[in-house]
Amino acid sequence: MLPTNESRTMANISVPSMTAAARPARKAANRKSSVAHDRLTVLLIFLPPALLLFTLFVIMPMGEAAWYSLYKWNGYGTPTEFIGLRNFQVLFRNAAFTQALMNNGLIIVISICIQVPLAIWLATMLAHRIPGVVGFRLIFFLPYVLADVAAGLIWRFVYDGDYGLFAAISNFFGFANPYVLADKDVAIYAVLGVIVWKYFGFHMMLFIAGLQSVDKSVLEAAEIDGATGWQKFRYVTLPLLGSTLRLSIFFAVVGSLQLFDMIMPLTGGGPSNSTQTMVTFLYTYGVMRMQVGLGSAVGVVLFIICVTLAFGYKRIFMRHD
Amino acid sequence: MTDMSSSIRMRASTRIYLYVSLSLIAAIVLVPLLTTALGGFKTLGDLRTNPFGLPVEWQWTNYTDILFGERYWMQIGNSLVIAALTVLLTLIVSSMAAFAFAHIRFFGSSFLLNYFLLGLMFPAATAILPLFIRIRDLGLLNTYWGVVLPQVAFGLGMSILLFRNYFRNLPEELFQAAFVDGCGYLRFFWHVSLPLSRPIVATVSIISFVGSWNSYILPLIMLNSESKYPWPLGIMIYRGEYGTEWQLVLAFITLTILPTIIVFFVAQKHIIAGLTAGAVKS
Repeated sequence: MLPTNESRTMANISVPSMTAAARPARKAANRKSSVAHDRLTVLLIFLPPALLLFTLFVIMPMGEAAWYSLYKWNGYGTPTEFIGLRNFQVLFRNAAFTQALMNNGLIIVISICIQVPLAIWLATMLAHRIPGVVGFRLIFFLPYVLADVAAGLIWRFVYDGDYGLFAAISNFFGFANPYVLADKDVAIYAVLGVIVWKYFGFHMMLFIAGLQSVDKSVLEAAEIDGATGWQKFRYVTLPLLGSTLRLSIFFAVVGSLQLFDMIMPLTGGGPSNSTQTMVTFLYTYGVMRMQVGLGSAVGVVLFIICVTLAFGYKRIFMRHD
Repeated sequence: MTDMSSSIRMRASTRIYLYVSLSLIAAIVLVPLLTTALGGFKTLGDLRTNPFGLPVEWQWTNYTDILFGERYWMQIGNSLVIAALTVLLTLIVSSMAAFAFAHIRFFGSSFLLNYFLLGLMFPAATAILPLFIRIRDLGLLNTYWGVVLPQVAFGLGMSILLFRNYFRNLPEELFQAAFVDGCGYLRFFWHVSLPLSRPIVATVSIISFVGSWNSYILPLIMLNSESKYPWPLGIMIYRGEYGTEWQLVLAFITLTILPTIIVFFVAQKHIIAGLTAGAVKS
């Protein structure tokens, strides 16, 4: 039974595709082989450049990171000193690295708890048709197009205890000069402030796009039924924003995991490693000291986290999108 | 009547609430930027006593010294060259690969596409040390290509995806008609697909240009002489050199972000659409 069944479905599938391929060929009978030839040429010309670049500079380095992470190596010659998983052991016993992991987690939490609600709030306000809306959108999006390095340096000035805006404000209220970035208990929160400042506009734009796809008639129906503004938001708008919300959180998580450019001008990971992230840790301990094995181990940990999150998140939350 | 007037009054109060909150947030965004620009016109003493207000005496030389010096233009030039090469290479390589994925059914095509999509999942930082070693062994350290090639490679996943989705949405009839007229894949790609793809070419260009223009970690690791530095590396060096002479650092920051701000306001519609659409469509 089984083989015939199978061959029948196979035949069913192959018949329409055959005729579809045969139709143009029939119109120009002698062209069929030249088309196949043409197709092969295109594949052989069009795919290799991308394939080569991608394999050489993305996939192979990632594989090499996994390989190097098992060695103690300074980057010259070939790695010979095999030490097994020792690099990972060193890593997870390193206080700076665990601090970096915690900071990455904290950044994700803050992004979700502060940045996303702020973005939704602003997006709903900018959904009103009032004069000046376009201007506000533009202003809010502006920090996002600035380089992280520039944003970091600007805020380094803002936070500066001698010349910055924070100094002026606290002097005005009669407090001593604050040195927020030099205080290891406060510095990470100062950094978080800059992250929110720079990225809320991007998330706001995602939500504005999401709001535009919300059906106006549903809101009107709710209004006729006597729903208040908050009820309309809570029971109509918010559920309809679900896919945007998931997208926004996804970008917040991915952004947090690769945070580096902004930390360097602000604190460089200090004071006493209190603002390290995984990538600044990789740079400080792996690249600066040319500890290729240890640095690659950080890369592997980061890779595993990224891939797990990407697959897990897609599977759990983005099924319906 | 009473209903009408109350709803109008409601609207007025909502309006005030809206504008007050929006203006407050706008101020938080703009004040750091404006004080940075103004700070560049001050003396250090002026900056210390009065960081918020207008300069007591406008120090134009802070800006003109930078503008008439070589350094600023060299860094902007380096950034431009690196960004232009990145955009060009990304467009060529990813549009070609995407065309193959969109129009040709071949063995393993979905596997291959997923292979490229792996690149969307992790940042360049994860493989930065092996990348450094690879670039070093290829003899590309301290060259533009040492930055451009990894940048293009890590952007391929996103740009191939954007191009492929766009190509697939072009009407199928176009292809049939061209095919019947004896137009092969190569000519179809060049004469039909690409001319119709201006919007997606713009999107991919904007994403890769902005990414390259602002990138810091790759140039930091691949370049080691100041004559090759793009501007994000340049301002860090400048800040290192001038330490606490904040007025000069602020002037330098202002001048380096000025091109971005000007271009942003001129082409805001395209840039916002490009950067958010790229995010949403993937």
